[in-house]
Amino acid sequence: MQLTQRSKQVVNKEMTFMERIYLPAILKGMWTTLKHFFRRSNTTSYPKEHREFAPVYRGWHVLKRDAQGRENCTACGLCAVACPAEAITMEAAERQKGEEHLYREEKYAAVYEINMLRCIFCGLCEEACPKEAIFLTDRTVPSDYVRQEFIFGKDMLVEGVEPEKRIDVTKRQRHLLEKKQAQPV
Amino acid sequence: MIDMILLYDFVLIAQKAGLIVTVFAITLGVAAYSTYGERKIAAFMQDRLGPSNAGPWGLLQPIADGVKMFTKEDFIPNQSERWLYILAPGAFIFVALMTSAVIPWGTTLTLGGLNMDLQVTNINIGILYIMGFVSLGVYGIMLGGWASNNKYSLYGAIRASSQMISYELAMGLALIAVIMLSGSLSLRTIVEQQTGFGWNVLYQPLGFILFFVCALAECNRAPFDMAECETELIGGYHTEYSSMKLGFFLFAEYINMFISCTVISCLYFGGYNFPGVDPGWLGGLMGPIVLFAKIFFFIFVFMWIRWTLPRFRYDQLMHLGWKSLIPLAILNMLLTGLGVLLWGK
Repeated sequence: MQLTQRSKQVVNKEMTFMERIYLPAILKGMWTTLKHFFRRSNTTSYPKEHREFAPVYRGWHVLKRDAQGRENCTACGLCAVACPAEAITMEAAERQKGEEHLYREEKYAAVYEINMLRCIFCGLCEEACPKEAIFLTDRTVPSDYVRQEFIFGKDMLVEGVEPEKRIDVTKRQRHLLEKKQAQPV
Repeated sequence: MIDMILLYDFVLIAQKAGLIVTVFAITLGVAAYSTYGERKIAAFMQDRLGPSNAGPWGLLQPIADGVKMFTKEDFIPNQSERWLYILAPGAFIFVALMTSAVIPWGTTLTLGGLNMDLQVTNINIGILYIMGFVSLGVYGIMLGGWASNNKYSLYGAIRASSQMISYELAMGLALIAVIMLSGSLSLRTIVEQQTGFGWNVLYQPLGFILFFVCALAECNRAPFDMAECETELIGGYHTEYSSMKLGFFLFAEYINMFISCTVISCLYFGGYNFPGVDPGWLGGLMGPIVLFAKIFFFIFVFMWIRWTLPRFRYDQLMHLGWKSLIPLAILNMLLTGLGVLLWGK
């Protein structure tokens, strides 16, 4: 079966004189490498420069806060149910008096853990979430030496309160956000 | 009167010492930056960037490599022939460095009434001296490979020595044609005869190709890098070497390449001669620049070939050497002899 137009029939024939003196073939090969010599390189010098991710890239999760800096998550557990890899666990707790500035609703996640080694970054948690709390971002999960370090708790997942510590999810999720915000609560 | 002679002697010795140090420094510098050039050229030909982190465009990479080589563990295998093992890299790099002594780097400079030859020593058998030292280079490889007590090293060493012996024949025969034209073994005389565009390559195109191919083989460079062939013999004769001993081997190979390119430039491309460069004061300064331009071009071609061609199989290598290059070299010699007889060039 012919797969490409470039395939050549291999024949074990005697080489002609021109082929036996090698030089024409060598010059041809050298012309090829010379052409590549002046071609632009494809390298991205990784730690210094990053290649732009595709808009649909799904990486390190973020737990969002609302505009007043309150955590969106209510520990309903829908993300954990939706998760095909069973990477998400959480413990719910009740909001006490005086904690209204920390949590948006009466219930919140006291513990929220994602095992990054189990996670398959499918994004189903994001789709399942009714509170716009969890999103997958374009950040890559950093490497580590110990398995324990890959169980990300709230310290690794919840974004900061300050505007400069907020994590932008608009690149891919804008339409999701708009869709969810358009729905009547 | 005696004072004058002593002063003259002193000036001469100082000149020669300065020249020797300069030539050494340049040789080592060129060899060091050849490693950089090799990696850059390889990278560009493979659409990569090459070393780019140490200094601007990675220019400090050879220094970083040197520091790395010196700080690595110096390992000597238990079962090795200890003294030969230590001797081999030194012998190899010594032989490589010695060859630069007879290269004419430029015409005679006249500075303030003093004549200064840009050549360490103008012996009348210069090219023979180089051939002799090049053939001694086999010993470094052979000793290193044998003393390591490693079968891959031994394979590499045997391959390298048989290859070098085979190709030296063709190289010598190609050389004889040049010597017939010039009538002298002195490199300076050979270069001086090629003023302007009277380069030997115009009279000896076949001889040049033969010499060039043999030079590739003598330097153990692709497509004749039988001695190393990373894919078959790990590192060939220097498999067991580490630290600066390995560095010496690698360094000596680059020095050999530099000297080979210099010899090719001198024998076939007029050395420091270039049309328009007169032997005057300016020409005396331009000469070395022209020579180095030629040398760097040939170093580039050496690397260009390395990153283009795959390695010859060993039997093909021997076929090429004995059945093609040597007959062609003899033919070239006969034709040249005929030409000299008929036209008396």
